[in-house]
Amino acid sequence: MKKVLEGSQAVAEAVRLGRVEVISAYPITPQTHIVERLSDFCADGSLKARFLRVESEHSALAALIGAASTGARTFTATSSQGLALMHELLHWASGARLPIVMAEVNRALAPGWNIWTDQTDSLAQRDTGWMQLYCETGQEVLDTTLQAYWLAESVNLPVMVILDAFFLSHTYEPVDVPDQEAVDRFLPPFKPRFQLDIQNPCALGQMAPPAVYMEMRHSLQQAMEETPQRLAEMETIFEKSFGRRYGPVEAVACEDAEIILVTSGTVTSTGRQFLQDLRRQGEKAGLLKVKMFRPFPYESIRRYLKSAKKVAVIDRNFSFGASGIFAQEIQAALCSLPVHPIVFGYIAGLGGRDVTLSTLEEIYRKTRDQDLPSQESLWVGLHEVDHANGSF
Amino acid sequence: MPMDLSDRDYMSSGHVGCPGCGAAIAMKFVLKALGEKTIMVLPACCWSIIAGPYPQSALRIPLIHSAFETGGAVASGVRAALDMKGDTETTVLTWAGDGGTFDIGFQALSGAVERNEDFIYCCYDNEAYMNTGVQRSSSTPYGAWTTTTPGADWKKMRKKNIVEALVAHRIPYAATASIAFPEDLVYKVKKAKWIKGSRFLHIFSSCPTGWGLASELSVKIARMAVQTNIFPIYEVEDGLRYTINFMSKGYLVKEYFKLQGRFKHLTEKDLDQIQEIVNDDWDLLLRKAGLFPA
Repeated sequence: MKKVLEGSQAVAEAVRLGRVEVISAYPITPQTHIVERLSDFCADGSLKARFLRVESEHSALAALIGAASTGARTFTATSSQGLALMHELLHWASGARLPIVMAEVNRALAPGWNIWTDQTDSLAQRDTGWMQLYCETGQEVLDTTLQAYWLAESVNLPVMVILDAFFLSHTYEPVDVPDQEAVDRFLPPFKPRFQLDIQNPCALGQMAPPAVYMEMRHSLQQAMEETPQRLAEMETIFEKSFGRRYGPVEAVACEDAEIILVTSGTVTSTGRQFLQDLRRQGEKAGLLKVKMFRPFPYESIRRYLKSAKKVAVIDRNFSFGASGIFAQEIQAALCSLPVHPIVFGYIAGLGGRDVTLSTLEEIYRKTRDQDLPSQESLWVGLHEVDHANGSF
Repeated sequence: MPMDLSDRDYMSSGHVGCPGCGAAIAMKFVLKALGEKTIMVLPACCWSIIAGPYPQSALRIPLIHSAFETGGAVASGVRAALDMKGDTETTVLTWAGDGGTFDIGFQALSGAVERNEDFIYCCYDNEAYMNTGVQRSSSTPYGAWTTTTPGADWKKMRKKNIVEALVAHRIPYAATASIAFPEDLVYKVKKAKWIKGSRFLHIFSSCPTGWGLASELSVKIARMAVQTNIFPIYEVEDGLRYTINFMSKGYLVKEYFKLQGRFKHLTEKDLDQIQEIVNDDWDLLLRKAGLFPA
């Protein structure tokens, strides 16, 4: 059934349809609409779950580590400082191989205080062992949340479903909300491979000496490596029921493209519009949307980008002292090819600044008109700020 | 008081506690009293090591190791999942040291008991961060040497009164207990088991390694802590009703301090001052229990 929903509400609908058993969360703007909606579902009985209103994000994830270890399907949502506070336990959840699903609303980190969108919060967690799935639309958010449980439970890894602050979390769109019966068929009850059980006492998460620790880490990587195959399997099942699939990346007009823009999140939608304009003008341009960031889809990225002359990566994030994070990873994926395109890394839209058609135009023009990037990262749209007079 | 205890032990030999470890004695009695329908949450503490490394475990109950500051939160999650599965019988037990309780874990503990989560939280108190090599905690008593309060910089703050902090949350049951009074300890664990909501047990667990104490004196020193009123054993129900479980004749604290290396730098004057602090605290406790001091 089609409903007009906010991105946040689309997440909550999926959590309800997924019959999540334990939710634990601490409110932070702009994640709040997700947990408020879920509180309503728990209060009116449309979702039978225990909702733990904990005293911090750190405890929110800790509680889910307890609940998931006891065999419950679990959910939390956070953003920015909240995710940063969870950092320690992000490692704990993946190291313990717990299929926890979290909605993460991309928001800039302070200082200065900024509640608007920016991907540095989630990308800074790239080494924590969580799958990361970046979403573009409300529909994709709902579908991805359901898919996240399937994936998480099939390889025993936690998943972040990531959506841009406000541009997606607070934007209303028509969203197809599937029937409960169809979701139940797609996502049967969670059957943990191991759990706390008084019939079969065992110790979880205990001390691992050098003789076994490395093997444990390797098995986590093996699960990551298995994921693309599982994603393809899952999407085939999902498509059969719901008629939609996304893939780890989505390539638009990449076959004959000489310059390909690489995007993630809501910038992709602006990119689609921009691409139409470019093609109309006869430009050989393409667009690659990266949805899955962990595990990093090396093969798909190489397949779609290898024949281009230039690649312009748009990063709404930054790793200080280095460059945009998507650009780093894409360069690393391409550099092992004998012949590969030149990668231009653009930084745009930090802290919620709009990435408009004219921003993309500037990026495209710079890429087309230069043989090589003049710097590792090219900041787009910086303006003079006169701090003394408070004008900008 | 006769002890009504099963013959079954839920702690096996082969654990890696130090000789004379008070925390190992505490664990043995608490698990005997709770029985097999228990799931343990174990935030970072000495027991993270004592329980044994992968793939072995010295405990015969399911056990989840967790991050240092998460004892209250992980237990909340385990309880929530058990409730969703319809298992209301299994006791969820958090087993944490003084660092994980008084200090880094205090926020999660306070959050959990404010929500009146249905679990037992046991703090075995050895009065410092013993697992990392005897660094001061907010449970370290006035006057003690630790590796982070060395020499003339011995600890000059009083021990945090954790039970009173929990009582201020008005939790259904909070009590102190000692490894030297096992009947009382077992009675309190069994009582806590059948109370709903948040229950807190503060168990005095001596540490020969960290205290500079002969291993064979571990239980004796714990007994002396009670007998000198340094660590009175009592219960508080619903944050209101105090019951003192052992009325001491009031031995002098000097005797307690003499046996331990961590206090050997103290002068007669320091000891007199500590005796005054202990007397004042005891009088205050008597008042709370409605027993006004003479």
